[in-house]
Amino acid sequence: MRKNAWPFLTTFVLLLVASLPIFAHHGNAGYDSKTVILKGTVTDWLWTNPHTFLKFDVKDDKGNVVHWTGEWNAPSTLVNFGFTGKTFKPGDEVIVTIRTAKNGAPLGGLRQVVLPNGEVMSEDESVGKSGGYRSRPPADSKGSDN
Amino acid sequence: MLKRLVIPTFVLVAISISLFPLRAKSQSGSKANQGTSAAPVPSPIPVHVDGWGRPVDDLPANQKPGPAPVHDLSGIWEPADGWRAGTQASGPRDNPSDARHILPYTPLGEKAFKSHKPGWGATAVPIQENNDPFDICDPLGLPRIDFFNLRALQILQTKKQVVIIYQNDQVWRNIWMDGRELPKEISEYRWYGYSVGRWVDDYTFVAQTVGLDDRTWVDNAGRPHSKDLQVEETFHRLNSDILELTVTITDPQMYTKPWVGLNKFPLRLQSDGFDIREMVCSASEAQQYNAISKAAAPRN
Repeated sequence: MRKNAWPFLTTFVLLLVASLPIFAHHGNAGYDSKTVILKGTVTDWLWTNPHTFLKFDVKDDKGNVVHWTGEWNAPSTLVNFGFTGKTFKPGDEVIVTIRTAKNGAPLGGLRQVVLPNGEVMSEDESVGKSGGYRSRPPADSKGSDN
Repeated sequence: MLKRLVIPTFVLVAISISLFPLRAKSQSGSKANQGTSAAPVPSPIPVHVDGWGRPVDDLPANQKPGPAPVHDLSGIWEPADGWRAGTQASGPRDNPSDARHILPYTPLGEKAFKSHKPGWGATAVPIQENNDPFDICDPLGLPRIDFFNLRALQILQTKKQVVIIYQNDQVWRNIWMDGRELPKEISEYRWYGYSVGRWVDDYTFVAQTVGLDDRTWVDNAGRPHSKDLQVEETFHRLNSDILELTVTITDPQMYTKPWVGLNKFPLRLQSDGFDIREMVCSASEAQQYNAISKAAAPRN
């Protein structure tokens, strides 16, 4: 390989990695890193701990119905992103972005769901970890820190 | 030479980005819903809410805290750096389970650690191999209640006790400050042990806990402890708004020397109207979760 091609390749790889969404998950549940987009009909929304579950039916190419289950974060986290126990109702036609199970089962980690009214439900995993509050007073504070 | 490479580089990255669906963050909603002529509903903007659904206000930029009250830890607190800064999935903030933080295990401690199969940390295994007691909703115990998903907590004080109520798993602990000593003989080990505490100065309260049931893990990454574990917690009221928590682990059976899991972890005082939401480990929900998650496990 030509020597002057390395900076290009290095830059490409670094930028590619930086552009990937961060796939955080509870434990190591066997979900792939790639996502697929599915159109389906909600059958149930389980507002439970330790994680929530969205159940939805998807018709495959042959018209057969496949029962999918998507996993999301706990209610205590999702409430901060507008989710409630009533966000999804049976019968809702939704568009689901989901990390699929490595073993091919109709399961996955949810990334985004579009509601019938166009509302996009998602969790920003960078929110709430830092910068939420100032933890130290300004340098010129006259408060009596001990 | 490099200039010639910039455009092709960004073209390739743009193509790559287009292969990954991006989370919509705009307020205009999505046009993905086909067949409707109504304007899409704006997507929710993240807002931290309490258990009652009320928004939790951030500090104003020019907020100056007042002086710390004397001998007073009371109030409702959340991690100061962010509402989920206390998640600590891979172990306590100041000693997580990774390549850079190797605890001073004894041979017994090393063996016990290897027997634990956590879902997080340096020794994480696939979920179907987990043996985390919290997966079946066994109590977190101390110190794991400080080291994993430390969310909101409420501290109440009487003349004789400091009582701490935790959001995670809806549990409470009481720390006696009536002068009693730690029990020398433990007839009944407890998930949350036996705690005594005292003020070492006007703003610093130190609690010691022994008698901890060894079925619990020290943290979410599977660090072990024996029945000889002693946990020291230092609560330091920095000012009117901030309480700092330091947690030290001493267990000669498992570790050759004490180690610190949290060093001045800051908690911020919330409004006295802040509702701590439920966050209960339900056995039936855990059973359902385990069944669904393990169905995604690789098949041999």
